[in-house]
Amino acid sequence: MGLVEAILLTVFTAATPLLIAALGELVTERSGVLNLGVEGMMIMGAISGFAFAIYTGNPYMGALAAIIIGVLFSLLFAFLTISLVTNQVATGLALTILGLGLSGLWGEAFIGVPGIKLQPIIVPLLSDIPFFGKLFFQQDIIFYFSILLLIGVSWFLFKSRAGLVLRAVGDSHTSAHALGLSVIKTRYLAVMFGGACSGLAGAHLSLVYTTQWIENMTAGRGWIALALVVFASWRPNRVLIGAYLFGAVGIAQLHIQALGFKIPTQFLSALPYLATIVVLVIISQNRRLTMVNTPASLGKGFVADK
Amino acid sequence: MQPDFSIRLEKRATTSTFFAYFSPFIALIMMLIAGGMLFFLMGHNPFKALYVYFIEPLTDTWTLHELAIKSSPLILIATGLCLCFRSGNWNIGAEGQFIMGGIAGASIPVFFPEFTSFWILPLMLISGVLGGMVWALIPAILKNRFGTNEILTSLMLVYIAGHFLDWIVRGPFRNPEGFNFPGSISFSQWQVLPEVFSSGRMHYGMIFAIIGVIVVWFLLSKTMKGFEILVIGQAPRAGQFAGFSPQKTTLFVFLVSGAFAGLAGIAEVSGAIQQLRPSISPGYGFTAIIVAFLGRLNPLGIFAAGIVLALSYLGGEAVQISLNVTDKIANVFQGLLLFFVLGCDTLIHHRIRFGHSWGFIKQGVQHGTG
Repeated sequence: MGLVEAILLTVFTAATPLLIAALGELVTERSGVLNLGVEGMMIMGAISGFAFAIYTGNPYMGALAAIIIGVLFSLLFAFLTISLVTNQVATGLALTILGLGLSGLWGEAFIGVPGIKLQPIIVPLLSDIPFFGKLFFQQDIIFYFSILLLIGVSWFLFKSRAGLVLRAVGDSHTSAHALGLSVIKTRYLAVMFGGACSGLAGAHLSLVYTTQWIENMTAGRGWIALALVVFASWRPNRVLIGAYLFGAVGIAQLHIQALGFKIPTQFLSALPYLATIVVLVIISQNRRLTMVNTPASLGKGFVADK
Repeated sequence: MQPDFSIRLEKRATTSTFFAYFSPFIALIMMLIAGGMLFFLMGHNPFKALYVYFIEPLTDTWTLHELAIKSSPLILIATGLCLCFRSGNWNIGAEGQFIMGGIAGASIPVFFPEFTSFWILPLMLISGVLGGMVWALIPAILKNRFGTNEILTSLMLVYIAGHFLDWIVRGPFRNPEGFNFPGSISFSQWQVLPEVFSSGRMHYGMIFAIIGVIVVWFLLSKTMKGFEILVIGQAPRAGQFAGFSPQKTTLFVFLVSGAFAGLAGIAEVSGAIQQLRPSISPGYGFTAIIVAFLGRLNPLGIFAAGIVLALSYLGGEAVQISLNVTDKIANVFQGLLLFFVLGCDTLIHHRIRFGHSWGFIKQGVQHGTG
């Protein structure tokens, strides 16, 4: 295996959870709900994926459990922000704090326990293609799923009727409500979808990326996923570019360290966060681009008039 | 069939005074119930566990001092944050501003270890305040100049500050005689924020917190600037018509909250830890957000809320020692509490009506269920 191949493979692994979590959040935000709890839902996904893989001896059950826990956890947020119309920013933060706490509590028993890796699925024939075969067809199931998810989300948002409803609800909940669309139901479903994606993204970290449980192992990836949605100006295809770009930044720092440059490791570790700020600044400068695509009702609670 | 989203909110004609005062207490009671259930699920006697968690830390003089030490940074940061939140600026990065305050303040004893005079402490404090302000200035300027989302930038700066601290205590600030342990020199008597009473460790950070509360209370309720902050937060367009500048308000609230977080940072480093270490905060900057909301974004409420949240840290340590439960449980209590606070606050402005199946109001069409 060549060096380029090896580096690209690690980039793919680093990008996959970002892609999945950001796509989930994109759908949530398109419905007009800003869920800042991605980090919390991801870490819950990471611990539940890890734990259930060990309980059942099957990493696929772990991934499934992570999705379910992600949905349940996001329902907590949905109930507060949608049914009780609480402040979305504060509620999202509560979800993150709670997630970090609960996962720490649950994960206490798993510190130092070796995990179960989600093995790659080798696609016959296609995996023999030089270079590309190794990159695209010898991956774990979550990677394949992330690509399907990208296609599915793009299709859903822009080609399906339900996607149109979702965007209508996100752009103007009052008009959507007046048209007889169910704002509450749409938003509940969108938040739950985001929860499922974050949960799975977290499971990728603990079942593929590291295969062990480390406290706070998401290390801000949930927040980077949130930034990716802004970076992508709420377009799924641009999320793909962003996720791989950030995956590359995260991996680049490891390789720079390995090559023995005399830069303190802490500076390199801070690189993805710095890159996020820089990218956000560049994107927000282009106000027209962001204005056109930002869901107009984003972050605003909805209470139906009598 | 209607799907069962059968909770409906109805705006109250006037805000409920009852819930305005009691919603934090209802939230606290709900947290205790949820916490008791959690302890029960973990196989502990819930009453005993809650006693160990919330009551026992209040029964000793030294634990009361610890309570004050932990509540002072929370109160100080949260009072600054309430200005931000009141004006619609989401400064989520107080943790980073706290860390930078600690680093900036500690730089004075590190660079001038021989400097012993009364003036060193005020210099450290000012330096800490400036450190916090500089760190808070970044998201404020980016928001004003480019419209960059301050939630994400301020949060990213927390991670950057954390890595910077880690580097500085292992690199330039490391104590050369520290046997390779990461950390700065231990501060001498002149560089340590003194204790207030001879009975225990509580330092002047608590006094700063009290002053901070009074200053912000005065600012919000008695001055034009405070009025401006409230108007910009509640009705930005009306504020602009009145000639208030949202940009200036953003700058102002970020600078003040950065200053408060920076002061809390250096007070913690100088008073409680007495040296710079790779980790100087158990998440005070994030917990302060909960404090701000539990205190209903009111400085006096924040004072009480800060003590409650400090108790959640002490209780976490207490159950770790006597029940062998990880102190991560403190985060669980804090997250739950914020959920309950936010949920209960809804009751101030809204009535909750349960859907058609409960049937105590049967007027109008089913609009609310959407």
